[in-house]
Amino acid sequence: MTHKFISIEGIAKRFPKAGGGFTTVFEDLWLPMQRGDFTCIIGHSGCGKTTVLNILAGLDAPSSGAVIVDNQAIEGPSLDRAVIFQTHALLPWRTVMGNVAYAVSSKWRKWKTQRVRERAQKFIDLVGLNGAESKRPAELSGGMKQRVGIARALSIEPKIMLMDEPFSALDALTRGTLQDEVRRICLETGQTVFMITHDVDEAIYLADRILLMTNGPHAVLAEVVENPLPKDRVRAEVHKHPLYYPVRNHIIDFLVSRSKSFATDMRGKHDPRNVPVVRPGLAEPAVREATVITPSWPGLSRPSTSSPR
Amino acid sequence: MTSSLTLRAAVVSVALFVAFMLAWHVATRGTSAVQQMDPEYAKLMGLTATQGKSAMPGPLDVGAKLWEHLRQPFYDKGPNDKGVGIQLAYSIARVALGYMLAVLVAIPIGFLIGMSPLMSKALDPFIQILKPISPLAWMPLALYTIKDSSMSAIFVIFICSLWPMMINTVFGVASVRREWLNVAKTLEVGTIRRAFTIILPAAAPTILTGMRISIGIAWLVIVAAEMLVGGTGIGYFVWNEWNNLSITNVINAILLIGVVGMVLDLILARLTRLVTFPE
Ligand SMILES: Nc1ncnc2c1ncn2[C@@H]1O[C@H](COP(=O)(O)OP(=O)(O)O)[C@@H](O)[C@H]1O
Ligand SMILES: [Mg+2]
Repeated sequence: MTHKFISIEGIAKRFPKAGGGFTTVFEDLWLPMQRGDFTCIIGHSGCGKTTVLNILAGLDAPSSGAVIVDNQAIEGPSLDRAVIFQTHALLPWRTVMGNVAYAVSSKWRKWKTQRVRERAQKFIDLVGLNGAESKRPAELSGGMKQRVGIARALSIEPKIMLMDEPFSALDALTRGTLQDEVRRICLETGQTVFMITHDVDEAIYLADRILLMTNGPHAVLAEVVENPLPKDRVRAEVHKHPLYYPVRNHIIDFLVSRSKSFATDMRGKHDPRNVPVVRPGLAEPAVREATVITPSWPGLSRPSTSSPR
Repeated sequence: MTSSLTLRAAVVSVALFVAFMLAWHVATRGTSAVQQMDPEYAKLMGLTATQGKSAMPGPLDVGAKLWEHLRQPFYDKGPNDKGVGIQLAYSIARVALGYMLAVLVAIPIGFLIGMSPLMSKALDPFIQILKPISPLAWMPLALYTIKDSSMSAIFVIFICSLWPMMINTVFGVASVRREWLNVAKTLEVGTIRRAFTIILPAAAPTILTGMRISIGIAWLVIVAAEMLVGGTGIGYFVWNEWNNLSITNVINAILLIGVVGMVLDLILARLTRLVTFPE
């Protein structure tokens, strides 16, 4: 088994209900991720995608279970894990340069201003924003703001990038350009990426693996779809690939019907520690691989008794 | 369009001003017949009785007196006759001192309270009770404990400036957007740096709004406080001129109080605009 860079091990999130008791958003979620993987997660609103991402970021703690990164349990946020927020979360009182420089100087606290600015400039140029350095976020279009967010995340040389629907607020044209750039940058730098999206085409274009999550509460990771498209895919050609529509249809089928009925269909048959890996169109029926996850901590090795409800 | 609106508004303002001045002038012009009376009594009653002149000064009297004050604002002829500039300077100095003390206390404390949900909740009842107390109600307590009238006036300014600033600081700090705090968290920014680079700039507009409310209240209160403690200051000047029955001077002082209050407010408004960020 290949070395797992990130390992989500049996995490659950429960929120206290208004009238007492708890709502379980999801539980017993297991997932390994390899270094350099581009993983997208798709699921309906409210199934807990943001919650998973926040747990990966260390902004939120799981109610039980743990996430291991590089053999260490996540205890809180880290400069190794950069987050690109859905609402870009730029500091409105700082300029573009100021926002990126803030991240750079947070990572390298002893650097002189000049050095910080040089590095920030490099990443502002990388996302194509040179000329806009001294603009405030309020003066930028949605696409430009998201670029600043990307530059800020990349500038601290993270080991992992976590993106929460980074392009959903953008118009189709800007979204396409930014997808191309993120893809190029991630391939060049070998980034490990975990991204939430609502857009099936975006997921197929960007991701190596697409995680399908059922509806909440008690959401489960239903399938891991392995993207059969070649790694050197180009935007203009993707939809002509013979496997494009099988993948797309598989995901859409899931979102339209199976995400709701999964819990009843699969009662007792779904093993959260052995989520089926599917390659739509390559072999029918879908290939299943046994990837039983062995927990990194002895304390975590509990029998996976919980069945999806 | 907007410039023409400004222009029209200016025309209306000037017209209203002129109309008011005319009405004032007409209303205070001597009209009643000169009364025959005992010359001794007439001397006591002054011009009001002997020449049928109204006790209320007209705009020309006030204007003339104002010119006199403005030409020589800083003369000092003993405790009961100082230039109006000196009196205003006393008042402004007291407000500045009390206000600065309040800034030094309210903002750091408000910051700490705002950053801790526990302290926000725990201290809220105290603030809610202390806030509506008229600052002048503190005066006897201040006089008793401080035993110095001028310091007591400063204390009263301090107390009345404190609450709006503190409440706004607490609110501003407590309502910093979660996403900005998350940015700091993911960048592993420490508490002190986070306070100065995220919370302070994010809360600054709210804090400055509180400071602007405070300076307005402080300027309202200083007049009353100085009437009570006496000695110096524009409030004392008003009371003293009332005792001298110089309505002209009272009106002049009212005008000057208004102008200074407006200037103070403008300064804070300018500062607020400096720290406000567009979103
Ligand atoms: N602080 C909270 N308190 C209670 N429920 C919450 C809280 N945060 C999220 N939830 C619930 O958790 C579920 C998952 O939320 P989220 O992760 O934001 O979903 P997604 O990103 O997939 O749309 C939602 O049903 C939401 O109502
Ligand atoms: Mg979400």
